[in-house]
Amino acid sequence: MIALLKRDLALAVRAGGGFGLGLAFFLIVVVLVPFGVGPEAAVLSRIAPGILWVAALLAALLSLDRIFALDFEDGSLPLLATSPLPLEGVALIKGAAHWITTGLPLTLAAPALGFLLNMAPGAYLWLLLSLALGTPALSMIGTFGAALTVGLRRGGLLMSLLVLPLYVPTLIFGAEAVQRGAAGLPATTPLLMVAGITLGCYALLPFAAAAALRVNLR
Amino acid sequence: MSIWEYANPKKFIATSTPLVPWVMGLAVAGLVVGLVWGFFFTPDDYRQGSTVKIIYLHVPAALMAINAWFMMLVASLIWLVRRHHVSALAARAAAPIGVVMTLIALLTGAIWGQPMWGTWWAWDPRLTSFLILFLFYLGYIALWEAIDDPDTAADLTSVLCIVGSVFAVLSRYAVRFWNQGLHQGTSVPVATGGRTVDDVFFVPLVICMVAFGLLFVGLVLIRTTTEIRARRMRALEARMRR
Repeated sequence: MIALLKRDLALAVRAGGGFGLGLAFFLIVVVLVPFGVGPEAAVLSRIAPGILWVAALLAALLSLDRIFALDFEDGSLPLLATSPLPLEGVALIKGAAHWITTGLPLTLAAPALGFLLNMAPGAYLWLLLSLALGTPALSMIGTFGAALTVGLRRGGLLMSLLVLPLYVPTLIFGAEAVQRGAAGLPATTPLLMVAGITLGCYALLPFAAAAALRVNLR
Repeated sequence: MSIWEYANPKKFIATSTPLVPWVMGLAVAGLVVGLVWGFFFTPDDYRQGSTVKIIYLHVPAALMAINAWFMMLVASLIWLVRRHHVSALAARAAAPIGVVMTLIALLTGAIWGQPMWGTWWAWDPRLTSFLILFLFYLGYIALWEAIDDPDTAADLTSVLCIVGSVFAVLSRYAVRFWNQGLHQGTSVPVATGGRTVDDVFFVPLVICMVAFGLLFVGLVLIRTTTEIRARRMRALEARMRR
C-alpha cells in the first residue's frame, strides 16, 4: 500500500501538469470572481467563503479523471487488480494520493486567496479546518466517480455530472462552517458534519469504487 | 411458485401485457375522476383561492418522483444480488419517468409559488433537494446511455444508484440544516395519521395519488417490455450478421 502511494505521488509530481494545474485553476477561478461581481469589498467578503469552497471543489474535479485513466491506458490497473492488495485498498490509496496532490495544496493555498477576496479575519482558521477536513471527502467521492467512468472514451464530462451532485452535502457543511466563522458564530457543528461525511466516505466508498473497477476490468 | 419466476423475460411479458390495459385504464380513470373532482367540485381555499387546486398534480408527482428512485434502488439491488435482467431493465425504464415526475413537481410548485410566495423559486430545503434529485436522475440516465455493453451499464448504474441514494438522503438533511425554508410541512403525514387537509380536498387528492401510482406502474411495465423487445432485436440482428 505504501509502495503504491509513493508511486502515485512520484508520478503526480514528475509527470508535471496535474500537481500545479489544480492550484493554478483554483487561483484563476478566485481571481475571475471579482471581475464578475465587481470589486466592492463588502460584497466580496460576504461571498468569499462560498467562492473559495466552490473553487476548491472545481479544482479538485479537474484532476479526477487522471486517477485511474492513466493506469487504465498503460495496463497497470489490471496488474494492480491481480496483485495481493485488494482492489478496495487500491481505491483507498488512489483517493488518498489524489488528496495529497490536490486537496492538501488547495487547503494550504486557500487562506492566501482569502486575502484577495477580503475575507473576514475570524474565518481563516475555519476555512483551513473545513477544507482540511472536507477535501479528503471530495477526493474519495471523485475516486468513485473516476472508477465508474474509467472505461469510457469521453468520461470527463459525464463524470462531472455524476460527481458534482455527490459533492453537495460536503459543500453545504464546509461553506457553512466558514460562513459561521466569518460571522463570529460557533462553527463546530457543521465542521463535525464535514468530518463525519469524510470518515463515512473513506469507510464505504472504497467498496463501491472497487465494485465499479471490477466491472470495468471485466 | 415464487416471485422470481417473473424474472424470466418471457414470463414477464406474458404476464404484464394483459395487465397493462387494466393498469393504464384504471390510472386514466382515476386521473380523470380525481382531477375533475379536484379542479371543479372542490371549494376554493379561503386564503389561497383556486391556486390550491394545483395540489392535485403537485403532491402525487412529488410522491412518485421519490418512489420512482426508491423503486430503482430496489431493482438495482435485485440486479446486483440475483442478476435478473428484467430487474435492471425495469430500473432503466423507471428513470425517465422519475425525471418527468420531478419536473412536474418542480414546475407546478413554481407556478403555485409565484402567486403564493411571490417568487418562482426559493432556495428552500424541499425545493433544493428536489433539484438535486433531478440532477441525480440526469446522471443516472447519462451513465446508462454512455456505456455500450448492457451488463456493464447495468452494474455501474446499480452501484451509482445505491451510492446516489445515500447522498440524496444526506443532501436532504444537509439543505434543511442550511436553510429553514418556505415550503409548508406535509399535509398527509402517513406515520402520525394526523393531517391538515380537510376531507373535501383529501378524497380527490388520494384518488390522484393512487392514479399517479398506477400510471407509474403501467408506464414502467410498458417501458420494460419495450426494453426487453429492443434487446431481443439487437440479439437477433447480431446473430443475423454472423
